Amino acid sequence: MDLTLHVWRQAGAATAGRFVRYELGDVSPDMSFLEVLDLLNQQLIGRREEPVAFDHDCREGICGACGMVINGRPHGPRAATTACQLHMRHFPEGAEIWVEPWRARAFPVVKDLVVDRSAFDRIIQAGGFITARAGSAPEANAIPVPKGDADRAMDAAACIGCGACVAACPNASAMLFVAAKVSHLGLLPQGQPERAQRVLRMVEVMEAEGFGACSNHGECMAACPKEISIDFIARLNRDYLTSVFRHQPSEEGPDPAEG
Amino acid sequence: MRRLLSLSRSVVGKKVIMAVSGLILFLFVVGHLLGNLKVFEGAEKFNAYAEGLRTVGAPFFGRGQLLWIARIALLVSLVAHVWAALGVTLASRQARPVGYRYLETSETTYAARTMRWGGVLIFLYVVYHLLDFTFGRLNPSFEPGNVYHNVLASFARWPVSAVYIAAMLVLGLHVYHGAWSALQTLGWHRPPTDRWRRGFAAAVAGVIAGGYITIPVAVLAGVLR
Repeated sequence: MDLTLHVWRQAGAATAGRFVRYELGDVSPDMSFLEVLDLLNQQLIGRREEPVAFDHDCREGICGACGMVINGRPHGPRAATTACQLHMRHFPEGAEIWVEPWRARAFPVVKDLVVDRSAFDRIIQAGGFITARAGSAPEANAIPVPKGDADRAMDAAACIGCGACVAACPNASAMLFVAAKVSHLGLLPQGQPERAQRVLRMVEVMEAEGFGACSNHGECMAACPKEISIDFIARLNRDYLTSVFRHQPSEEGPDPAEG
Repeated sequence: MRRLLSLSRSVVGKKVIMAVSGLILFLFVVGHLLGNLKVFEGAEKFNAYAEGLRTVGAPFFGRGQLLWIARIALLVSLVAHVWAALGVTLASRQARPVGYRYLETSETTYAARTMRWGGVLIFLYVVYHLLDFTFGRLNPSFEPGNVYHNVLASFARWPVSAVYIAAMLVLGLHVYHGAWSALQTLGWHRPPTDRWRRGFAAAVAGVIAGGYITIPVAVLAGVLR
């Protein structure tokens, strides 16, 4: 198939970017969107032009490395699909496709479609450790976990940290990411001892990183390749509220964020 | 107090303040509607209700004292609501300095996207509304104490009714997203109630907007005279 791509090209964080138009022929409908970019890059390299920089790693939809806004939607038009798992058969022949990076102050553009998502790493760091016994695998039934809690914890743990929620949010808010990360430990017995300080610190760092506020639009949930529900945001809000009023900082042990 | 302060500094906390102050304003909107509907019981009962707002609580409170306590509580809620909204809006504006060429939306509603300007419109309308019915400055023939007469005199002019109806539709949209959003912000998501939150908010918003709109419609239709 033939495609017209408009790709955001930006040399670095400090320089201004712009869309560049590329005509691409011989695209197989079985290619993934990233393979189309590979094809484009081979042609660019052949012409001695700078290839398009984009993030990718597993190409199996589970690592969270890839991510770009394709025709106005993070990871493209398919629900529950990462850019690497988006196949060209879902586009019409002769499609015109606009590709831009995640846009948020907390995700500065490194180059072209690559953004720096280390703000997410700093939020995770702020969450700190859990006081679970490390070493050999524990006996499976030593700590009973209700089935419903285990299922919901796994739903939250499905988050791959790709940042599509931030990209899709009209406010560039990271609430869905933080909600998923707070909930998947907060729902399990192993996550209880540090539960209050975890949510307080993760929210504090989230705000310091410059993400926007949640206005309950729900766009994050629609863009999330793992279909994480905004019910987790309600859960985060309640966890945060109860922790602000109940948590006694003087009772803290060693700082889990520095452990 | 220290905890309230840390709440007010956080954006998540500001949303909580917005939700709680919004719920107080929402309770007023419901109470005001129930009171206003007494207009259908006739001039005597409606005027007695308006007078009752001033004498309620006697003999423990003097004339108008409880009313002023309520007014101050509403004013504080309004200031808190607007202050929190400004903080949240500012944080979000700064969060995306470079915009998209195009960002498609699928989940968000018209009500959600118009919360900010809708709130401004409601505030402007409330100012006009007070000048009309409370202070009587913009009322064609204001008679202090004769609330029934004042309502009919104002709504008999169709532009006043039209603006009122438009304002109540804006209020309905604001309450729809606000009610649902407040439940979400205050973390009310017990599994069996989850599915009902949107429907509940829509029903409440519809009853509020529809209830208020019956009054100018009844005046223009000649039901109230």
